[in-house]
Formats: sequence, C-alpha cells, structure tokens
Amino acid sequence: MSSLLLSLTVGTFVGGVAGYLGTLMLGRRMALVAGPLGHLTLPGIALALIYGFDISLGAFPFVVLGIVSIWLFEMRTKLPMEALTAVVFASGVAIAFLFLPIGQAEAALVGDVSTVNLLDATISVVLMTLVFLTILKIYPTMTLINVSEDLAKSQGIKVKKYNFIYLLLIAIIVALGVKVVGSLLTAALVAIPACSTRNLSKNMLQYVLGAIIVGIVSSFSGILLSEFSGFPAGPLIILVNSVIFLTSTILKR
Amino acid sequence: MKDDLVLRVKELNVELEGETVINNLSFELRKGDAVTIIGPNGAGKTVLLKTLLGLLPYKGEIIWKKNIRIGYVPQRLPFIKDIPLSVKDFLKLKRPSEKELEETLNSVGFKQNLLDKKTGDLSSGQFQRLLIAWSLIKDPQVLLFDEPTTGIDIEGEETVYRLLERLKESRELTVLLVTHDLSVVYTFSNNVICLNKQPICHGLPQKVLTPENLKRLYGEEVKYYRHKHLNAS
Repeated sequence: MSSLLLSLTVGTFVGGVAGYLGTLMLGRRMALVAGPLGHLTLPGIALALIYGFDISLGAFPFVVLGIVSIWLFEMRTKLPMEALTAVVFASGVAIAFLFLPIGQAEAALVGDVSTVNLLDATISVVLMTLVFLTILKIYPTMTLINVSEDLAKSQGIKVKKYNFIYLLLIAIIVALGVKVVGSLLTAALVAIPACSTRNLSKNMLQYVLGAIIVGIVSSFSGILLSEFSGFPAGPLIILVNSVIFLTSTILKR
Repeated sequence: MKDDLVLRVKELNVELEGETVINNLSFELRKGDAVTIIGPNGAGKTVLLKTLLGLLPYKGEIIWKKNIRIGYVPQRLPFIKDIPLSVKDFLKLKRPSEKELEETLNSVGFKQNLLDKKTGDLSSGQFQRLLIAWSLIKDPQVLLFDEPTTGIDIEGEETVYRLLERLKESRELTVLLVTHDLSVVYTFSNNVICLNKQPICHGLPQKVLTPENLKRLYGEEVKYYRHKHLNAS
C-alpha cells in the first residue's frame, strides 16, 4: 500500500507540473518537442537499467545533450526545429536499441512508477516543487515572449536568458516524466492537459489551473486504475488524458 | 542634444541576411512631431521601427534622448491566438497598476465589458485599440506605430487615426507612424519619410509628395491602386 502512495505522490506532482509547463509549450507551438526529447532519453535509461541507477538520472544528461545539439544544429543549418528534432531523436532511439536490455524495455518505453522508493519520491517532489515555483515566477514574461519576442525585447527583457531557463525546465520535466509514463509517452503528459483546457478556457487563469488539474487528475486516476487492472500506469495515465481531451472537444462551443 | 530633439538618425544602414533593407537614412524627430513613413511593401518600414527599438543590428547612428520612454505598437501579433489570453491578461503582462490599466482602457475607448473577452475573439479594430492600449502603459513619450498591411476597419465613431490624434494631444506624444494610407499622411503628419530601401523624399507632405516622387517611391504600384479604385467606384 505504501508503494502505491509513493507512486501516487510522484505521479500527481509530475503530472501537475508537466501540465503547467505544457501550457507554455503549447503557446509556443512546441508541445511536441517533449516527445522527441523523451525518446532521446532512451540511451540514458538503458544505461541506468544496465548499471542499476535511477532512470531519471540517466535520462537527464541525454535530454540536455539533445536540447543543446538541436539548438546548435538549428543555428548552423537553419533547418526548422521540428525537422532537426526528428533527426536527433531517431538517432537516440537507434543507439538505445543497440544495448537496451530487451527484457526491461517495457519500463523504459512506457514507464514504471510503481518501483519508486522513498528517496526517489522525495527527490521528485522537491524537484517538482522547485520547477513549479520557477514556472510561476517566469510565467508572465514567458507568455509575453510567446506572444512576441519583439514586444518582449522592446520591454528590455533578456529573451535568451528566459529561453535557457525554459529549456532547462523542459529537460527536468522530461527526465522525471519518463519515470512515470516512459520515454514514448512523455510528450502526451505535457501536451494533452494544455490542449484539453485550451479548448475550454477564456483566460489565462482557467487555462493554467485547468491544465494543472487535468495533469493531476489523469496521473492519479491512471495510477489507481493500474493498481486494479494490472496494466502499466503510463499508458493508462495517457488514456485518461485522451478521454478528457475528447470530452473537452465535445464541450467546446 | 538640443532640448526638443527626441531622436537623431544618421546614415543608418540595415542589412538582413546579406540584403540591404535600409540604405543611408538620416532624419530627426523633435518633441511633438508626427512623422509618417510611407513606402511599398518590403521597403523597410517595419524594419526601420524595429531597428529604432534596438531589435535589429545596424550601422550608423541612432541616438535617442536620454531616458526616453518609448511605446511600440507592432503591426500584428499572429501568435497571440495560440494562447487563451483575455484583454486584461494581456495588458497585465506589462504590469500596470489597476489605476493605470483603467485609465489606459478609457483613453482608447475600451468598454469595461471587453476586459474579459479573449484577445483572439476581438475584431481587428478592437485588437488595434488593444495594441495601442498596450503601448500607452508606462506612460511613453514617443509612440512607434506600425499599421497592419490589411488596413484598419473603421469602428464606432472614432477611427484609429482620430484616436491617435487625440492621444497625441492629450499625452503630448511624439509619434512615428508607418502607414499605407496617403490621406493619413496629409491629415496627421507634419513630416513624411518616403522609404523604398533608399530614402526617396523627406519633408512636409504637401511639398514633397509630388507625382514624380510618388512614382519614384511606388513605381507602377500607384497606377495599379488607382486603377482598382476607379473600378470599385
């Protein structure tokens, strides 16, 4: 029972904060970037599984590597970011499958939050709280940057600095997200709550609160459903999210 | 700098991705001036405003009066529809006090009931007013206004230009305005800069907007517009 409590805690924290960050990413038409980045974590997860350390710890440097290389390639080639993301993430997946222990592939691909211990959970909760507070602080400025970089710059805002913080937050969320829903589904954890609530919200507060609540509710109920059904929690969390999204498209006027 | 001099631009050159967009432009802006910038699409008008704001690299001299407060009305904000922002949410991003927010909304003629409306649902005229309201927060002394290429729809009793004129008077603004509407140049501005990458003419509208200069500025385009106009009437 206590292990269920730990999964629920990690799941709700990661789900809620991922939903929150997702509202910023959707505003930048970047919601899907979390997907390739999630895939990129696979080599790191493989290493973590082989050597028996925490998968988020393995995932994080690979996300950072991915973000940095996409950024560098973009400066050098001027190819669109989505195209470069595709190049980089496919390479990550390819490398991972050379040495990913196939018996444990499921945990890497769709996550396994049921194995978190007290230390994992504590670290996740602390990190998520920090990420949450950081998002809260930069939110108005990031929103202005999302609306128009020119307008932000004309206010004297250091856009590059904010973009860097923003990418770092994405990296942390993805690294922790893979623990909950696996590398294949991290994008959904970030993207779907924001999509669902954007359908229904008229202002910022509804949008943000809605996404956080959807993130929390879907993670919580996905993990509970997993406990009773025996299916892995990751896919169930995303499916709950999908159902909420479908409902929101029906409710949208 | 002399007291009433707000901005001095000298031999300004802007090159973007290897292409010259503004070539050797010099002009001055004095307190209370209303200067319009006209020219065909792609002539560098928007680029000029952005360069003056410090958003683009340039060669030459741009000297603003010390500690001047500049308000900027961009041409459009295409991405704002991606974010569910109410009118109030958007204006609050510039952190006005409650009092300033209310005053600003009043001065652009926004009714209270529009505050909660989603920015994406505003008409283009209302959106234009919202952008003007944005630029007025923090009490600017200079306004850089970039007119949308699609033009501005007339709405209610006061056109956007009447509004600008009124704001200019009541707030003692200096205005630099990019426009496509020659009648605005005559009625609104005491000075016009004709720009087609090179400066074509500069001075009093009644004096410098000669048929020859307009032809040099727009080439065949003026004919085309006239032709269209004749057909429509």
